[in-house]
Amino acid sequence: MKNIFTIVFLLIAGCLCAQDDLMKELEQNQKPEINYVTQTFKGTRIINGQSVETKGKGELEFIFSHRFDKISTGPYQVWGLDGYPAVRLGLEYGITDRLGVGIGRNFYYNNKMEDLYLRYKIARQSTGAKSFPVTITGIGTMMYQPYPNATDAANNSVPLPSTSDRLSYVAELLIARKFSSKFSAQIAPTFVHRNAVDKSLENNDDIAIAFGGRFKFTRSLSLIGEYYSRMNVHANSPYYNSVGAGLDIETGGHVFQLIFTNSLGLNPNTIVTQTDTKPGDLRFGFNITRTFQLAKRK
Amino acid sequence: MEISYVFKNNYSLMKKILLIAVGIAVAFLTQAQKFTSDKTYVKFFSDASIEDITAENTKSSSIFNEATGDVVFSIPIKEFEFDKSLMKEHFNEKYMETEQFPKSTFQGKISGYQPSGTGEQKATAIGKMTIHGVTQDVQIPGTMTNANGVLTMKAKFMVKLVDYKIKIPQLLWTNIAEEVEVTVEFNYKPL
Repeated sequence: MKNIFTIVFLLIAGCLCAQDDLMKELEQNQKPEINYVTQTFKGTRIINGQSVETKGKGELEFIFSHRFDKISTGPYQVWGLDGYPAVRLGLEYGITDRLGVGIGRNFYYNNKMEDLYLRYKIARQSTGAKSFPVTITGIGTMMYQPYPNATDAANNSVPLPSTSDRLSYVAELLIARKFSSKFSAQIAPTFVHRNAVDKSLENNDDIAIAFGGRFKFTRSLSLIGEYYSRMNVHANSPYYNSVGAGLDIETGGHVFQLIFTNSLGLNPNTIVTQTDTKPGDLRFGFNITRTFQLAKRK
Repeated sequence: MEISYVFKNNYSLMKKILLIAVGIAVAFLTQAQKFTSDKTYVKFFSDASIEDITAENTKSSSIFNEATGDVVFSIPIKEFEFDKSLMKEHFNEKYMETEQFPKSTFQGKISGYQPSGTGEQKATAIGKMTIHGVTQDVQIPGTMTNANGVLTMKAKFMVKLVDYKIKIPQLLWTNIAEEVEVTVEFNYKPL
């Protein structure tokens, strides 16, 4: 009699937990998968410099970066809004989810520069079946300085630079980790080579290490910060390390970044080599990006 | 000789063996009537003023026990594919918080389905649906078809985002409907 009760009890218990057991069975049948970490940063720029992010395949991003004059110019200049701005207009396209290409036109008064870069995500941070602690992206940039052209050179009686003298190159290795859904950090060794420099003030080759981070405090708002530490500063260098902090606002296809920085640099060359104001002497600026999906994913 | 002696003199051992035998029989019985998902398709469609959004997922899994009607579904959220990369990112990062809640599940029973029946049958799945970490009791009407041992389950239903605490950021509200239409189609083969 007693064992019949036991059997009945077991059968009832079996029915009650059948769905949980079924769920366990389902989970056991599933193959272990790799979970790649996404959105380490919201955009392809942290402040002035690049982030590890790449555009998705077939995505075209338009980036409009604008830096006003120094806040220290005071109320007559509306704290820099009236002064000469530094502007970069750029486009970046995702050839694959990991490979991107970008172009940009930078101008600040007479300082004009064109940049062209390739960006490749070498490794992706992941958990699960394959675990990797960081995302690594390599970026190679080539820059061309169109100023001065023949007319400018004649008017200002300066020698006309050769094509080679107008070129500079930057190699960056960006290493970032998304520590949590809120906090991400990045470190980026940066190497800059310029073919022609004023050797009394500048190096042909500069090395800097960039530090960047973001703290996401709501789903659409993040605090962002960035600092470039130059490793081999020329003894007579009139330039400073670039620093920046700001607010990152993400809406549908846009990312707005409101920024305070001492740098006019909007490409890795000028950030490292031509930041001409002290870290405390800031300017206001913004980056606006708009993403278009040109090719469908499927 | 020795074994029967043991049985005669050890009532509790016999009881245990009997229990194990019944247990194994029950296990075999239910095993034979289980179906596992072969091809899966989950789609959701959000109809909004500015932009219609569609996403499809073919990486789900399910087990259905024909004898008891018990059924479970597991849908990996990051496998929803969109037309635009950015939509997928926002879906995972902002709405579904996929890192925290990687899967949506359903655990319940299917009623109204006769294993012996033929053709398309009306059936209802009754149970608990978990989306975005929030569990709700639901009843989902659908159809079941059993053709030559291949079982097909189909359903179309609405999911209210507010029921599962899926928040739409203020800046974005015009982009996303407050209710999305979910279509599921699962093909099963015997396990």
